[in-house]
Amino acid sequence: MSRFSGFFSSSIGKKMTVALTGLFLCIFLVVHLWGNLQLFYADEGFALNKYTVFMTTNPLIKFISYVLYFSILWHAFKGLHLAWQNRRARPVRYAVTNGKANSIWASRNMGLLGTVILVFLAVHLTNFWAEYHWGELPYTKYVVDLGTGEILGTEDVTGQGYSEKGFVLTDIENEQEIHVYKDMYKVVEAGFQQPLIVLLYLVSMIALGFHLRHGFQSSFQSMGLNHPKYNGAIRWVGTVIFGILIPIGFATMPIYFYFFHTT
Amino acid sequence: MKLTLKVWRQKNREAKGAFETHQIDGISPDMSFLEMFDVLNEKLINEGKEPIAFDHDCREGICGTCSMFINGRPHGPKRGITTCQLHMRSFQDGDTIVVEPWRAGPFPVIKDLVVDRSAFDRIIASGGFVSVNTGNAQDANSIPVAKEDADDAFDAAACIGCGACVAACKNASAMLFVSAKMSQLAHLPQGQPERRRRALAMVAQMDKEGFGNCTNTYACEAECPKLISVSNIALMNREYLGATVKSDE
Ligand code: HEM
Ligand code: SF4
Ligand code: FES
Repeated sequence: MSRFSGFFSSSIGKKMTVALTGLFLCIFLVVHLWGNLQLFYADEGFALNKYTVFMTTNPLIKFISYVLYFSILWHAFKGLHLAWQNRRARPVRYAVTNGKANSIWASRNMGLLGTVILVFLAVHLTNFWAEYHWGELPYTKYVVDLGTGEILGTEDVTGQGYSEKGFVLTDIENEQEIHVYKDMYKVVEAGFQQPLIVLLYLVSMIALGFHLRHGFQSSFQSMGLNHPKYNGAIRWVGTVIFGILIPIGFATMPIYFYFFHTT
Repeated sequence: MKLTLKVWRQKNREAKGAFETHQIDGISPDMSFLEMFDVLNEKLINEGKEPIAFDHDCREGICGTCSMFINGRPHGPKRGITTCQLHMRSFQDGDTIVVEPWRAGPFPVIKDLVVDRSAFDRIIASGGFVSVNTGNAQDANSIPVAKEDADDAFDAAACIGCGACVAACKNASAMLFVSAKMSQLAHLPQGQPERRRRALAMVAQMDKEGFGNCTNTYACEAECPKLISVSNIALMNREYLGATVKSDE
């Protein structure tokens, strides 16, 4: 083990762990966006609430979520540790610098952009994740046709003594399924009525876009992957998919609920 | 040309330095930046003042000593050249030019614009030797080297150790320099026997000197007078990972 401790305390080793956790977070973002798009079904939150139960109970997903928590913490603290060391490597600063002439803005401000994302994550997890796990949530009952899967009716069943995340009963006689869920959809709906929260989300998604516009391709370089055959494709994915499309995808949710959604 | 120069003056390592402003006149646009400093220094000497100390040797872009941070960029505004190759025609008549020494913890200022770059020497030394058999020289064709490898090794070997990469980098990282030195040997058969221990030792020395960590801003590549590519840094990252996994150390 002592042979590897040198690696993890070296400049290159630390960078590689930031790069690996960063890339893992990128993959997570794709899955997270895909899942959250279920907010847009016009089904009073049925799909989203069902999905939320799956994501918080499936053992494999649970395991991955622990890897995710660890990755966020490691990435943020190692990233900021590196940024702090880098500042100290130049104790006397220049009077005049012209960074624009030789590098892109995002690449010079990863620590700042990351800090914005960190603040966002703290608010985001408090509002949604902690709320789902420990908050007093509304409950909704959905009656679904067994044959067609069509939602026949919904009913607010808050305060009727439910404490589980959700359950399904099958009513064979009437060919119906009764679903009762903790209503995460209503939490999201209410959260995105607050202008300050919406503003924070939008600013953070811009920060995320810049963070990844540089970060995605940077993580390949950090891991030693730099080849003219692939660089163009990596840069394109980093700029178009992670720098633009994914942040826009996430931003559509607060925008939709604040400006266009009527309850 | 008439110019205003704001130059960093610092008596010695310990002294607190400050900018000094000089007006100079009669500068030819065909002079090099260093020749402009010669004119200024002659004037200072004639006035009985201390001339401005700056490093220089070859004045043809190959020794790498002429370190000056000019208007916020190492070696001034032009791409792919050193300060000694920078001509005054790159500036406008009446310009104000700010000249600072390289700034990095491991490059302490010795005097005015002169910094101590022996950290680079210690990194090179840490890389150690390459095994070469003594006795008669081998037949050149007995060690085949692919043209691409020879080219890559040669491109990396063009590094003149000037330190502009450190000076330009917002993190004062020396990765472009160290990777160029590692790369020139890693591409050639002669560099193979000590390849792993060299990678481990040079990175350890680089970290020990207190250079910052690379964050891939690529400012180094943009400012390097020899246009050394950041693909060398990726190679060094691979070398270091490979050496960590495979070496006996
Ligand atoms: C969803 C969230 C995030 C994703 C997907 C992400 C992704 C990435 C990626 C791919 C990199 C490039 C790694 C490299 O250059 O090798 C990176 C770098 C960085 N990240 Fe993040 N990041 C996220 C959140 C954060 C947070 C919360 C912080 C800290 C407060 C942070 C701070 C940094 C810093 C400082 C760097 C630069 C490190 C370096 O280049 O040495 N990031 N990020
Ligand atoms: S890599 Fe370029 S900038 Fe850095 S020391 Fe070598 S020649 Fe100078
Ligand atoms: S004086 Fe030798 S490179 Fe400029």
